[in-house]
Parts: sequence; structure tokens; C-alpha cells
Amino acid sequence: MSVRVEINKLVKNFEKVEALKEISLKVEEGELFGLIGPDGSGKTTLFRLITNLLVQNNGTIKVGDYDSRKDFKEIRKITGYMPGRFSLYHDLSVEENLNFYAHIFNTTLKENYHLIKDVYSQIEPFKKRKAGDLSGGMKQKLALSCALIHKPELLILDEPTTGVDAVSRKEFWELLKKMQKTGITIMVSTPYMDEASLCDRVALMQNGNLLALETPENIVNQYSGDLWQLSTSNMIKIIVDLEGVGNGIKNIFRFGEKVHITSSGIEFEELNKTIIDFLEPKGHENIIIEKVEPQIEDCFLDLMDEN
Amino acid sequence: MRTILYILQKEFIQVFRDKTMLPIIFVVPIIQLLVLSFTATFEIKNVNLAVVDHDNSVLSSKLISKFSGSAFFKLKGRAVNYKEAELSLKRSDIDQVIVIQNNFEKNLNQGQSTHVQVVTNAINGSAASLMSAYANSIIADFNREIIVEENPLVNFGLPINVQANFWYNPELDYKIFMIPGILVLLVTLIGMFLSAMNLVKEKEIGTIEQINVTPIKKYQFITGKLVPFWIIANIDLAFGLVVAYFVFGITVLGSLPLLFSIASLYLLAVLGLGLLVSTMTNTMQQSMFISWFLLVIFIMMSGLFTPVESMPNWAQIFNYLNPVAYFIKINRMIMLKGSGFADFQREVYLLIVYAISVLTLAITRYRKRV
Repeated sequence: MSVRVEINKLVKNFEKVEALKEISLKVEEGELFGLIGPDGSGKTTLFRLITNLLVQNNGTIKVGDYDSRKDFKEIRKITGYMPGRFSLYHDLSVEENLNFYAHIFNTTLKENYHLIKDVYSQIEPFKKRKAGDLSGGMKQKLALSCALIHKPELLILDEPTTGVDAVSRKEFWELLKKMQKTGITIMVSTPYMDEASLCDRVALMQNGNLLALETPENIVNQYSGDLWQLSTSNMIKIIVDLEGVGNGIKNIFRFGEKVHITSSGIEFEELNKTIIDFLEPKGHENIIIEKVEPQIEDCFLDLMDEN
Repeated sequence: MRTILYILQKEFIQVFRDKTMLPIIFVVPIIQLLVLSFTATFEIKNVNLAVVDHDNSVLSSKLISKFSGSAFFKLKGRAVNYKEAELSLKRSDIDQVIVIQNNFEKNLNQGQSTHVQVVTNAINGSAASLMSAYANSIIADFNREIIVEENPLVNFGLPINVQANFWYNPELDYKIFMIPGILVLLVTLIGMFLSAMNLVKEKEIGTIEQINVTPIKKYQFITGKLVPFWIIANIDLAFGLVVAYFVFGITVLGSLPLLFSIASLYLLAVLGLGLLVSTMTNTMQQSMFISWFLLVIFIMMSGLFTPVESMPNWAQIFNYLNPVAYFIKINRMIMLKGSGFADFQREVYLLIVYAISVLTLAITRYRKRV
């Protein structure tokens, strides 16, 4: 069972801050939908509006046939929500938390064990441990179990991988993929752009605006301009040294250990010469420039820069 | 209904898992009861007295020995002159000065009148008037003795012989007056603070966000928060009554079931108030401050220490909003006078209205939002 989510011209203001500026988007049934954006871009606000923890100033949200304002009670029954901040009871054990959430949704751990088996089995050996004593990754798995225990049709995960180590992050996404196969609609937000490529479709948000709404492949395909990767002997002060490098170069940003440079209307030879001439007097050696295929992060940074 | 049971189960696990909770529930009330009932007293004992005796005669030392022989006064020594006594008064070494003038004995023996000056530290007005009354009665007594001695043939009897009977507390023991009030105080503290802290704790830790997206209904959640502390406070009251019996020998003259029914009603009002504070605040600190503020006012105005009847009119009107005042009054009536429902039914009806309004407010004020 899964539902679609339709968001139409959604506006939310907090006093003077416009948190969401006329956002419209659709999430299809059974889709793994990613909400990508930096902190403060409006991801959490959007999720809280869907679950009616906040009320919008304007616009509509429909989860299946339910309206978020009128039928929020129905929506809460079919939605599993995992807040960004760990919100389970620290002083209750893993098992007690799970039983409690199962019971208040009128079900039991036993009855729905099969739904959460994949996630829960990983923390089951620690079921007597207090939730507050779990590691970050285990906390997230427990929170996911609790959000799934009532067989939701829509699963909303607010930054589930923030503050979780790289291995646990990978495991967590694998779990989400498995979860999706059971037919549930999943909306997940993350500030990590590399996680975008794991979603079916992503929405890129910034300052309450929707910058892109596409499949990860299309976002990469739509990338205009050329992308170059630069490395030199002195990567520490490279960004400062590249300041004012000259015409044709649009953007310079760090990408892991390297630097990515975007340009338009300029050939490799010319670019290569410009940069080498510019950097060598500043003491850089082994200057290597090569053309690279854009990854989704490059596209996002480009899109965010345009706005 | 089953949902409420699960919420209750969760709340009880949390209450008893908290290691500071058991001492708070059982040790704190006992200490309060034991400490407050001995110390919260208006009885005056051990008044520190200085005497300035300018006469140094047989009669003047007889008067002084009357003071030093009394249980109320403690002779802190004699001062040579009034200046010295005044200095000790300023330093609060003494509370009262008796000045006996020159020719005290001579004047009396010649059948003339003489003077005794009594100076009292009146920073605490009610204590001062008591001290001064004690001193006056000792001097009056001394006066009468002298008159009888000088005129043995005159029958110096008072025309009206007053016989005082003190009901409900025949020995005028302050503890008997205080204990029913202190019992109210301790269930109030437990009830109000625990409930005011509990809901806001969920807000502060963030667990409320997960709860709010569940289909739990507001009244179920509030009931789940209320019942555990309601039970705990009732147990505390029972515990306090047992201590009052074994330590102070105070038994409940009235009906115990009546006492507990009214306590339960009263606790609904107090817990409701705590939950209301909890719904209106965002951090435990805010909640603690507001409930402390309310409690101090409620307790000071409740008649625990001073009679409500002697407060100004506006304060007596304010006390309609003060649940503590109702229950202290009722509890004293049940415990000490053995009063029945008919004797305080007006207060009970007002408490019912109070409890219903506060709980309704708390439930409507609690929003399943962030």
C-alpha cells in the first residue's frame, strides 16, 4: 500500500521569514523521493506541514485523498514520521519504545514484526538497552523501526543520516531501498548531495524555493557548461589564490581533495594556459587540469549558484 | 481506553526508572513534615531579656526573679545603664529590656506608685506584642502580690472569673494546627511540580514531536500525564498521615474516605494547574519558575500560617482562585474537628468547578503542533 503526495502552491511564513515560497510538487506512489538542500532551506518545514505539526499560510497538501488541514487525523494514521531530532524516549529500552509506539497505533510488535524485520533485526540484540545509550546509527534504526511499526503508506524521514557515520549511512540507504520494494512511498530529506543519486527523484531546495525537481540522471544531463578538475602541489590555499583568475571561468569550488572549475565558451588549451600562468607565480607546482563528467553535486552547486 | 493504559504503563516505567524519583516521592515529604511541624511555630519561647536595675533592692530583685523563673524569658544578664542595653538590642543579642527605676522599693514601701519600663524589639510585630503581653502579665502579677501584702485585710478578688476552654486543640499545641496544613502543602508540591515538569520535559527533549504525529487524542495524553501523579500524591498523603500518627499522635477525627475523596478532587485541580503551566511553557526552567511563583503566592495566602480572615478583603476574594486555601481549610476541619461533608460543601463545589475548568483549559491549550 502506498499513497501519492500532492503539494500545491504551498506557502509558509514564520513572522518575517518566508520559509516556503509557493512550493508545488508531486510524489508518486511507491517513489523514493529525496529533498536535498542546505540547512534552513525549508525541508523540515515542508515535512512538518505534511504531518500537520505546522499549518500553512497558503496552498494545499494532499496525501492520497486526504487534505492536510481537514483530514490530518487520517494522514497521521497512515504516515510514519521520523523527526530530524531523535524523539524516542531515552529512558525506555529499545523494546519498550517499540511496543509503546505499536500499541498507540493499535497494533503489536509481534503482529507487524515482518514489516520492520530488516531494520529491527540489526538492533534486536540490544533490545533491553535504553534508547539513550544507543549509538547514533542504532538510534536511527530504532527510530525507523518505530516509524514503520504501524504499516504506514507514507514514510517521512527528516535527515535520517545526519550525524551518522559513512558505513551506517550506506546501510541506512540500503534499508530504504528494501523498504521501497514493499511498496511504501518514502520522502527523505538530506543535506548530503551525494545521497541524491540514490533517490528516484529529487527536489533541490534553497531558501524556501524549489530549484529543481527531476530524476538524478536528468539533473546531470541538463548540466550546461564544462567542468574541470584541478589539482596542484598546494591545495590548502588554492581557493584564495584562484581569486580573480579571469574570463570564461564561472565558478570555483572544492570537491573533496580537488577543486572543480566550471566554465563556458572557453577551450581546454586556453583555460589550461590561463590557470597555469595565474598560479605558477604564486608558487603552485604540478598543476593538473582535466575535464570531468559532472556529478550530481556539481549540478546542485551550479543550480544554487545561479539562484 | 486501551491507549490510555499504554500511556500510563509508559509513564509509570519512566517515573520509577528515574532514580531521583523515589526519594522525591517518599523522603522529601517526610522531611518536610518533620521539619516544618517543629519549626513553623508562632509560639514565643526563650525571649532574651536584659535588665537595667537602677534600684538594686530586695523588691527589684524579686521582680527580676519572677522573669528569670518564667519559661518564656531567658535572662541574658544585667546592664549597668540603659545605653548598654540599647546597644545589645541593636545587635539583636536581646529581644527585650526591663528598666527598673531608682527608688523603686522606697516608693512602693511608702505606698506611692513607681514605674517599670519595658522596651521590646518590635521588628516582628506579632512576636513583639506577645513578648510585651507576657512581660505585662508578670508585672501585673507582681503588682497584685504587693497590694495583697500591703493590705492583707482587703479582699482583692476580681469580680468576673474567666474560665477559658480551648476546643479541638486543648493544649494549644501549634503542631496540631500546622500538621493538616503541612500535609496539604506536601501533596501540593509533589502534584504541582511533577505535573508541571513532565509534559514540558517531553517538549524539551523533543519526544513530543513523535507523539504528536500519532493518533493519540489530547485527552488521552493529558490523562496519561495526570493519573500517575494523582496516584503518587494520594499515596504521599496516606504516608504523611501515618507519619503524623506515629510521630505526633495525630489521628483523623473525621472520615478517612471523605478525606481521600476530597484530596483526590483537590489533586485534580492542582495537577490540572501544573499541566496547564506545562502546556504554556517550552522549557523546564520556565515551567519551574511559573509553578514556583504560583505556589509561593498560593501557599502564603492559603491560611497555612496566618488566618485568611485577618487578610484584607481583596486577598480573601483572591482566595477563591486559590485551591490550596480550600483544601487546607477542609483538611483542618476533617482532621481536627471531625467535620462532615455538610460543613464544607460550598468549598467542595467550588473545587469541583475549579478542577473542571483547569483541566479543560489544559486539554485545549495542549496543541498537537510544534
